[in-house]
Amino acid sequence: MTRPEEPAGGVGPLDGALSALLDRFRSGQRMALARAISLVEGERPGFDAFLHAALVAGTRAARVGLTGPPGAGKSSLVAQVAAHYRRQDQDVGIVAVDPTSPFSGGALLGDRIRMNDLATDPGIFIRSMATRGSMGGLAAATREVMDLMDAFGLDRLIVETVGVGQTELEITGAADTVVVVLVPESGDSIQAMKAGLMEIADIFVVNKADRPGADRVAKEVTLALHLRAGEALRDVPAHHGVDLRRLAGGERGESGDDGGGPVVGEPMDQAVPEAPGWEIPVLKTVAQNGDGVPELIDAIASHKKYLDESGELEGRRRRRAGARVVDVVERELGRRVWGAAGASAILEDGVERIRRGEATPYSVASQVVDNLIRHGL
Amino acid sequence: MGHARARPAILPDAIILVWLHLRSQGIAATPNTEILMERKIRVLVAKPGLDGHDRGAKVIASAFRDAGFEVIYTGLHQTPEMIVSAAVQEDVDVVALSVLSGAHMTLFPRVLELLREAGADHMLLTGGGIIPEEDIEALAGLGVGRLFGPGTTTTEAVAYIREWSERQPQDLVG
Repeated sequence: MTRPEEPAGGVGPLDGALSALLDRFRSGQRMALARAISLVEGERPGFDAFLHAALVAGTRAARVGLTGPPGAGKSSLVAQVAAHYRRQDQDVGIVAVDPTSPFSGGALLGDRIRMNDLATDPGIFIRSMATRGSMGGLAAATREVMDLMDAFGLDRLIVETVGVGQTELEITGAADTVVVVLVPESGDSIQAMKAGLMEIADIFVVNKADRPGADRVAKEVTLALHLRAGEALRDVPAHHGVDLRRLAGGERGESGDDGGGPVVGEPMDQAVPEAPGWEIPVLKTVAQNGDGVPELIDAIASHKKYLDESGELEGRRRRRAGARVVDVVERELGRRVWGAAGASAILEDGVERIRRGEATPYSVASQVVDNLIRHGL
Repeated sequence: MGHARARPAILPDAIILVWLHLRSQGIAATPNTEILMERKIRVLVAKPGLDGHDRGAKVIASAFRDAGFEVIYTGLHQTPEMIVSAAVQEDVDVVALSVLSGAHMTLFPRVLELLREAGADHMLLTGGGIIPEEDIEALAGLGVGRLFGPGTTTTEAVAYIREWSERQPQDLVG
């Protein structure tokens, strides 16, 4: 195992305070996990070295994400699912994301209200995060926070996105299994949601199913899924071990030849994004009293099993790791660009020249980048 | 909302201008680290005990949000154990309790004690409610921060937390 003091590439060593924090983190102190999360969330000095040291042993927790429109009962459902895992004696980490006001920079994080039954359970760790300007339904550091909870030793991680409707697609980068939560009133919006939420779901839940309209919504979702997947071809890959998508269009995409590819390739690529052998279930729950929650737990377990057996989990995690590296590189580059001598002066001067019509944001941006290259990376 | 929707293109320029303004005052060094990643003050607003009057707690929670704080609101009927557990997990800077039931001499000392046990004694415990002057003094003697009575403006409470926060070491991680 790599020692925490050992610098890895550009990641610096831990200073005394962080090293002490890491010790307390490793000894299982909840306050230390909470402080580590703040360190990483705020990107305070040394956060990357701390993450490296904390994560070097690898991550293993199963990760479930819940998303869906506001008021769908995501928090209540998270509480029910978490309580279920607690009965199996698994430790559960929950990350609940709410929006930051773009005007005040403040946030009201109220998801704990629905999770009060879990409040003093020592096997539960709930962290509320504000988006802090990040789009996509998660906060910028959500994945890192989940990594920390994982490294801390929690067995199950549940992340709940901001409920804003169509933009929570980032959750696919944070969770192994994505649950999209709808309510009976969602019926009219299903057509619209096809463009976003429909594609990311591994499991659909119609919550508040004791209300009128639940069956209709469940049917509409099922129908939409079938239309999307193309009923005739949907199950073929799973039965014969032949990935029709690749035969039809996959190679074409890679070779860049857009010409004579079979017509069927296009819709199939979109219809079954990455799980040709997984039939997306549509479940009904009542989070208030726990109805349907055992079925949801079963579906999550089945999906995990499918991911493991199909090799899809490995694939998803590889893509996630790749995306993470890209993210970190981009953040680091941004820091270096603006930290380079003269960058702020170029920006300040550039804004003035843009105002006078002598420059464009593009010419100034190009100067800023040239400045970094001139001063050396 | 109306403004942002009307002219979304204004946003990047606005960020730069705000940054330039702050930079001219020596506050910001670079745009992405200082402005966008400024350290947020996190506050837990909780309503312990049995009384069900949470108007005050909701008003103060909204005021804190509008002041740029990240507010974790836990709702009614919180026990001191629930409050401290949430405060620890959320790593808040400030725990603000609303107590109207008259049980303040029990609740505040108990929360303070549990915070200390949890290694969270760096947090500020403050609050408001109907609390007699001599009780406020007694609680202050134990280490409780300012307690605000009826008629306090939200501005006062916000200013108090800001000033307290500025006195704290900013790189505190241990």
